[in-house]
Amino acid sequence: MLETNLCGIKLKNPTILASGILGVTKESAGRIGISGAGAVTLKSLCHEERPGNNNPTMFGYENVFLNAVGLPGQGIDSAMKDFGRLDNLNVPVIGSIYGYRIAQFGDVAKKMASLKPAMIEVDISCPHMDYGKPYYADPELAAKVTKSVKQNTGKIPISIKLSPNVYDIKEIAHAAENAGADAITAINTATGMAIDVDARKPILANKIGGISGPALKPIALRCVYEIYETVKIPIIGTGGVTYGKDAVEMIMAGATGVGIGTGIYYRGIDVFKKVCYEMEQWMKKNKVKNLNDIRGCAHG
Amino acid sequence: MGECCRNEIPVMLEVSDVVKEGKGQTSFFFKNNLKCKPGQFVMVWLPGFDEKPMAVSYLSKNEFAFTSQAIGKFTAALENVKKNDRLGIRGPYGNYFSIKNQSCVVAGGVGLSSVSTLIDSLKNPILIYGARSKEHLIYLKRYKHININVTTDDGSFGRKGFTTDILEEMLIRNKNIKIIQTCGPEVMMKKILDLCNNHKVECEASLERYMSCGFGICGKCMVNDKVVCIDGPVFNSKQLNGMSEFGNTARLKSGRKVSLREYHSIHF
Repeated sequence: MLETNLCGIKLKNPTILASGILGVTKESAGRIGISGAGAVTLKSLCHEERPGNNNPTMFGYENVFLNAVGLPGQGIDSAMKDFGRLDNLNVPVIGSIYGYRIAQFGDVAKKMASLKPAMIEVDISCPHMDYGKPYYADPELAAKVTKSVKQNTGKIPISIKLSPNVYDIKEIAHAAENAGADAITAINTATGMAIDVDARKPILANKIGGISGPALKPIALRCVYEIYETVKIPIIGTGGVTYGKDAVEMIMAGATGVGIGTGIYYRGIDVFKKVCYEMEQWMKKNKVKNLNDIRGCAHG
Repeated sequence: MGECCRNEIPVMLEVSDVVKEGKGQTSFFFKNNLKCKPGQFVMVWLPGFDEKPMAVSYLSKNEFAFTSQAIGKFTAALENVKKNDRLGIRGPYGNYFSIKNQSCVVAGGVGLSSVSTLIDSLKNPILIYGARSKEHLIYLKRYKHININVTTDDGSFGRKGFTTDILEEMLIRNKNIKIIQTCGPEVMMKKILDLCNNHKVECEASLERYMSCGFGICGKCMVNDKVVCIDGPVFNSKQLNGMSEFGNTARLKSGRKVSLREYHSIHF
């Protein structure tokens, strides 16, 4: 009932672990698979090892979750030895990559492709820049990064992960599609911060971070909705999905896959099973047999 | 929909007392009520600097403390924290030790602070406690009333040697011990697990790994498929026996897997 086809990848359900939550190790990916996810996105890797920021790097309050982990990662070369291959787990694995310079995106993608993930996600939301502007904020740069990755990944589909921190996300999605992207992941976190009034300091060691959790959902839905009207390629709708109803909303906005990350914080590692069960209950009650029947139905 | 409102943001609490426990070991007390079980930890935030997991080492109604050992930048900075200063606290986090009769608690070094609230909760526990030398021993006055067997690596106090020497003799001699509960250097805990396996005695060990969040999200503290901050930090024999990484490797802040020796040479 929840079977989903994402760029030719057969998913048992549309829920996908979003990058950055667990996913540091191959064994954690396997565990998320057992917990019911349709696919698992690993934590982003680049060309070098990065320890990331000091703590606090993440915390939650009310419906907000804030993080500034600082893109920690063992680096693609170390990960190649650590992971061996990514096509022998109980769940399709999406390898997430980034670079500082455009050519590095291509190099890292090539190495990631050699591990045979089901898909490669490209995090263009990092603050590093070649041209004085972040890649996520400029259609031309987003297209250049997309091409650089696409040239190095053969038949493995690629998804470009977009940031909501832009004036017009539609033009970025359009540029990525035209440059050869097979899918769009929308969205990354929205920037934010929190100050402790007793300490009189920002709580995140990095001061500024990204908002996720339920507070992000309306922004994510709006972005998915806008992108769906702009591109033909599938969208992995990510941002604040915590309950089955949130996932149904994402699909009605036009998403094919539904990313879940911070949902683990609110509902545990088996949030995937819970969300799928709730989706099925909703579908049965509303006589929906297939998710294709409601995909994008909020439009028009 | 109640699950959607978790508040896990550091709360600035006033340090009510600072107690020097040994050479480089300091306890920080708070006059606050913490709902916590033996073996759980809190995240301690030094604003503008860093935040680290610390085991709750003293617990009573309206008071708790953690005990820090100055080994890295963060714990060195903690040494400058005085009475009436404030620290950010969130938690408690993690699972906890089981409370069983006929327990033998084995602690190595500052690992004693992770089992101290367990010792306080047990009826007539046996304690084996080892440290490098006399000046690194902590809580000796606190545990005057307990059957305590002390070892030091250099023989400056108690018996010269390791906790595992005493434990092995005890397991051969005393067939009444039902469970070994331990925290300390991982090589010691690995040896203890092996002894427990040989003598068919249950084991519980509290593990340490680099952590960012403390609540099972960041994925940095994985040991095989276990998340130390939520599945642990306390693991039982069955779990420990299934962990190929236990006693062998750990992951750095970046996520790169290294030998335990390399992991411990880096003070994050």
